[in-house]
Amino acid sequence: MPAQNFTVNGKPVSVDAPDDMATLWVLRDKLGITGPKYGCGINVCKACTCHVNGKAATMCSIPVAAVRGQSITTIEGLADTAVAAGKAVDGLHIVQKVWLDMDVAQCGFCQPGQIMAAADLLRRTRTPTDADIDAIENVCRCGTYGRVRAAIKAAAALMP
Amino acid sequence: MTDPTRCPQDGSTFLAPDGLRRRSLLAYALSAPVASVAAGFAANLALTGDAQALPLTPPDTVDYYDLGDAVLQTSLPTMPLVRLSVATDGRVKLELPRMESGQGFDTAAAMMVAEELAVAPAQVDVTLSDARPELVFNQLTGGSTNVRVFDAALPVMAAALRLRLIAAAAQQWGVGTAGLVARAGMVVDTLGRTLSYGSLTALAAALPIPAGVLPKPAAQNTVVGTRQGRIDARAIVTGQKKFTLDLAVSGARPTMVRRPPTVMGTVVSIRNQAAVQAMPGVLAVVALPAGGNITPTPPGVAVMAETFGQAWTAVNALDVVWGKGTIDGESNATIHAKLKASVLPFAVPPLGALTVEGEFEMAPLSHAPMEVDCAIADVRRNAAGAIVGCEIWAGLQSPIITQQDMAATLGLPVSAVKVHVISSGGSFGRRLFWDPVQQAVQVSKLTGRPAKLLYHRADDMRHGRGRPQQYHRARATLLLGQVTAFEHRIASPRLDTRHGFGELLTAAAASAPATVQQSLGNLAVEEALFKTMVSAPYNFGVATRTLQPAPIAMNTGSYRSVHIQPTRMVEEIMVDEMAARLGQDALAFRLANLRQDRAKAVLQAVATAAGWGKVMPKGFGQGIAVHQETRSYVAVCVEVDGRAQVAGTGPAVVTRATIAIDVGKPVNLSGIEAQLEGALAESISIVLMAGLHVQNGLPLEGSFSQYRYGRNKHYPKDVKVIILPNKGDPIGGLGEVGMAACSGAIANAWARATGLKPRKFPLYFPVDFTPFPPGRLPDPVVNPIPV
Repeated sequence: MPAQNFTVNGKPVSVDAPDDMATLWVLRDKLGITGPKYGCGINVCKACTCHVNGKAATMCSIPVAAVRGQSITTIEGLADTAVAAGKAVDGLHIVQKVWLDMDVAQCGFCQPGQIMAAADLLRRTRTPTDADIDAIENVCRCGTYGRVRAAIKAAAALMP
Repeated sequence: MTDPTRCPQDGSTFLAPDGLRRRSLLAYALSAPVASVAAGFAANLALTGDAQALPLTPPDTVDYYDLGDAVLQTSLPTMPLVRLSVATDGRVKLELPRMESGQGFDTAAAMMVAEELAVAPAQVDVTLSDARPELVFNQLTGGSTNVRVFDAALPVMAAALRLRLIAAAAQQWGVGTAGLVARAGMVVDTLGRTLSYGSLTALAAALPIPAGVLPKPAAQNTVVGTRQGRIDARAIVTGQKKFTLDLAVSGARPTMVRRPPTVMGTVVSIRNQAAVQAMPGVLAVVALPAGGNITPTPPGVAVMAETFGQAWTAVNALDVVWGKGTIDGESNATIHAKLKASVLPFAVPPLGALTVEGEFEMAPLSHAPMEVDCAIADVRRNAAGAIVGCEIWAGLQSPIITQQDMAATLGLPVSAVKVHVISSGGSFGRRLFWDPVQQAVQVSKLTGRPAKLLYHRADDMRHGRGRPQQYHRARATLLLGQVTAFEHRIASPRLDTRHGFGELLTAAAASAPATVQQSLGNLAVEEALFKTMVSAPYNFGVATRTLQPAPIAMNTGSYRSVHIQPTRMVEEIMVDEMAARLGQDALAFRLANLRQDRAKAVLQAVATAAGWGKVMPKGFGQGIAVHQETRSYVAVCVEVDGRAQVAGTGPAVVTRATIAIDVGKPVNLSGIEAQLEGALAESISIVLMAGLHVQNGLPLEGSFSQYRYGRNKHYPKDVKVIILPNKGDPIGGLGEVGMAACSGAIANAWARATGLKPRKFPLYFPVDFTPFPPGRLPDPVVNPIPV
């Protein structure tokens, strides 16, 4: 099996895995990084959303060979990116902090993906519109959508 | 006390002797609910002699005794076994014999304990109990009963703990307890001396448990009734919260299952077992043995591999010969015909009466929790190869019966099976059954390794349990401008109730052999659940409501609010149509016919806040509904955009929602709002657009792109939740309570917006996708990295 070399949450890793294995399984089953969740495996539910080079992507739909030499951030590493940028609040990325303060989560299963999608939106725009938020398709079966919307807007207003 | 419609829950004071309120009574005598219920029933029967001129609907079973009462009654005897303690570091430990799946019960429980122990909720560590058979009925999660039941016990237990800590401090200081108070995790005396709980706990443990303990009066509460964030919120937002398959169980290997092309199809043979066994990463290929003690083990061929990716690929490579399933050839249409034929006819209406009638269809639903069905099992053997034990990890609403079932399956004593209940990624009733555990145990037994078993989402929707489709027929009889009769007939494939609530509700065992699909026990339990959960808040004269379960062997299970959501939604639609027939306003008609003051209060609150009756643009409509369930009252007003350019090409859109709730005693304001927001999102989904098309014995839907559960864009941007203040009424349930009124209001608003009668649910339900072929899983999608 080929060695796949890439960076996860700032640390270089080398994993033996076939080129076509979805990165989600490399993260979860080989590296034990369980923040990205399995919810569908076919890029629909978005529960496995992470950042590749800072941009949102679903790990279930990206083969590991495609991330060779790239940098992946999972929910576990999001706060560190804010710390490194000098933008952390209470040790958290502003999106995580607002999520906490506004008590967005219910069961919490989709929330790593929701937070990574929201952080990506706020990277792209400092003034997210309702249409921008409507375009986020991450499924939340508990129905936290109202709080997700409010939290994204609150985070945008607080972005350092 | 002359109002014959006055119900026990509205007049709790008379239930308790000597002027004690109901909560106080429970504090004194944990067996009180039985006596209370009996007293209430007798009192109401006596009062019905005062019937007034109007034809009044006799009180429902639920008015006197509901599922929550049953759970309370059967849980209280073992409440002293629930573990609440203070550690030497001062942290409070609560081990809950229930499952948390996002409903926020763990946070509410922490608040109750924090209140009485005078600590911050963050100082309370809540964990979920392993299966504890000695708790008997006190470890079932369902029916929105958790907060109701634990409100009767936890505050008293925590208050007793506080008194023992104070007594320990008094002993340490050599003083009396007078003047000593508990504050911020310490006992403080009048001189300002302090002793921390942690330093007192060993001494306090040796002191007797005081009798006659009372929780704080509600007026003195500083935690209960406030807004608190979830206790696991930080773990969630940092990705640290561990769900079942996130657990690092040593040696556990990913396992997926090739499932039949039709529901409950059987494995006849595997044509290429050796070839699949030789595929990269594959560790084992085993057919799941048919059988099961309580419910059948779901059929299929399991593949264990080094990664789930490899298991998925191997599952799709399997060539299996399948036998017939239990509903081969059935579709929504054929099942509908059977259901429709099974309902009893209505009575002949009196001469000169008007009738309002409706026939309603509800498509089957998938619980579709974000965390798919999954479990980890480790079956252990001794050196001689004999099975000696088993350890299980899963989200389980019924862990004790799971433990008993797996012990019987493995030929082990119950004590040799350890069952860990893991906080789950949603449940909505799905995890009342333990099908994934059955499969993981079999795989571990056959392979000799711990198995971590995962359903693919497509299989979770197609082969997982769900709410079976329903047929409703309802008729109101109107005479001289009044409702004199309301008849409601419901038929549905039988709902599996072999999850333990049956034993709780009746002495009769509902656990018939797996081969007896439509046992008398199941029928009795299903009817008992129906009787103890569904209630109408109106005076509609002679009201009859019957449920006719049909012997169709599908994978069914209780779905959030079970029969209440469809039954009460239909009633609320009928109420609108009755008001229209009588030329009355939908709000005024409800207020005139409601039999409960608290129902009227939430309805008026919501009508005022939402501006009921305002002029809406063409194509838009308001809808209103009111509901009572598990001692809570809720009313909802929504606005729907049903213009042709929206509702003609896709589902109508809910643009605004106002919700008012009276739960008696609010515990966590944020949690209450969250449950109602969630019920709104779920109602939008199942009323307007999400359902399953069963065709040739299998649902077509296998993905959230096909089963149209709502997303951000479907949730209204203007949502207001009004929580009525604590007026001293008994505490009500919450988790499922929002479903019926949200659903009724949405259907009624859709009717006004479109001018159509809402009859078939979901209202937008085309097959506008290419279904995955039966049996095989969809292939993974391959995308490039973002640029």
